[in-house]
Amino acid sequence: MSLLRALVAFSVVCLAVVLQVSLFPHFAWEGVVPNLALLVVVAAALVRGPQFAAVLGFVAGVAIDLAPPADHIAGRWALALVVVGYVAGRVRQDLRPTAGSVVLTVAASSFVGTSVFALSGLVLHDPVVSVPEMLQVILVAVVWDVLLTPFVLPPVMALFRRLQPAEVAY
Amino acid sequence: MGEKRWKSKGRLEAGDRPRRSVLVALVLASVTLITLDARGGSDSPVEPVRRAVGEGFGPVESTTSAFVRPFTAVPSYFRSKGDLREEINRLQTENAGLRREVDTADLDRNRLAELEGLTRTARSTGYSLVPANVIALGPRQSFSHTVTIDAGTSSGVHADMTVLNNDGLVGRVVRATRTTATVVLVVDADSVVGGRLGSSMEIGVLRGRGTGTQSPLDLELVDDSVVAEPGDVVSTFGSDGGAPYVSGIPIGKVTAVYSSPRETSRRAVVEPLVDFTSLDLVGVVVPDGARTGRGVIKADGGHHR
Repeated sequence: MSLLRALVAFSVVCLAVVLQVSLFPHFAWEGVVPNLALLVVVAAALVRGPQFAAVLGFVAGVAIDLAPPADHIAGRWALALVVVGYVAGRVRQDLRPTAGSVVLTVAASSFVGTSVFALSGLVLHDPVVSVPEMLQVILVAVVWDVLLTPFVLPPVMALFRRLQPAEVAY
Repeated sequence: MGEKRWKSKGRLEAGDRPRRSVLVALVLASVTLITLDARGGSDSPVEPVRRAVGEGFGPVESTTSAFVRPFTAVPSYFRSKGDLREEINRLQTENAGLRREVDTADLDRNRLAELEGLTRTARSTGYSLVPANVIALGPRQSFSHTVTIDAGTSSGVHADMTVLNNDGLVGRVVRATRTTATVVLVVDADSVVGGRLGSSMEIGVLRGRGTGTQSPLDLELVDDSVVAEPGDVVSTFGSDGGAPYVSGIPIGKVTAVYSSPRETSRRAVVEPLVDFTSLDLVGVVVPDGARTGRGVIKADGGHHR
């Protein structure tokens, strides 16, 4: 049963990654697309807490890093989404997940995630991009992710709620 | 719902602090992955994994793209009859102009063919192309400009092959799975192409800026006494053995020229001929007579399998 749960979570992440590269480029603004995988990780964090979300973030990040047409150094999105899963999961403990707090969490997560990715690029010189350019991309990404939140977060959160083990005693 | 709230609250009170070891392990795993891939370069240990993941994701991306394609064409259904009539008129005028051009171009072309035949006797004049569609685009958040095309090793596409379309040079293949290939566009910040100025035959190096999908390229000429003129067409210089770039493919037009006393060479800004925002059908240059699984467009306009 827990294997099945893991499989479902994994396929949601894979679906998000595929849509991100194959469907959303048709709606891209200056090449920036909504980061669906990040939205899935945030949804998992809001429902299941930081530990599950960090693991899912790692899986999602590795998928973005390795699935074609990615050509950047692998592991950069993995690191970014682990941080996102952890941070978003911690936020949830202080706030009740209302519509406003969900949107805020998504905005903060998107900013943190894309920033961690961009900063890792600065450190590794892969590729060399100017800081204003990075900021522009990060801000557009935040707007995209917030716009997609009402369409993506509720169904994915409902799915993760259903996947939640009946017994939650640890 | 209320019960769920209560339940999750109870879980909080029970101390749902994430085990720090898990987080540390995940961060370490990410950093290890980065280190492995950063140190290894092109023959990094991650490369086989990347290829394996590509084998899995490639067909899924192909299917998704094939599913999406009809919908992206929808806006063109909603054009009015008036629009279409206008377009027919425009095309007819354009056609007449082109026909006139072709009539006069024949003579020029024959002369050129003779000259080329003299200088490049043994070399083949054209290239064979494997046609392919773009099925996935890398997000700009990743700060690199790469696309996936739906032709891979089963179609004779391998790493370090030139990719072009009707307008000019698109990029080069960096890795290929059985059904897909990843192409780095010339506008990517890591892209370096040898270029030749059409007017003076001078050679230089074209670098992508990596800013935006349709950003210009920077051309640095080797000889600083040569001045590039705006409007000059830059074509590929060609690499040894035609990999990764074959020669004579138009890349872009010079739009501005800068020179600074500090730099030893002049820099020219080159606008790419290819529209990277609406990239779809591309061709991969394969060796003449290569055996591929799909139709190859030959240099003489023929078609073989």
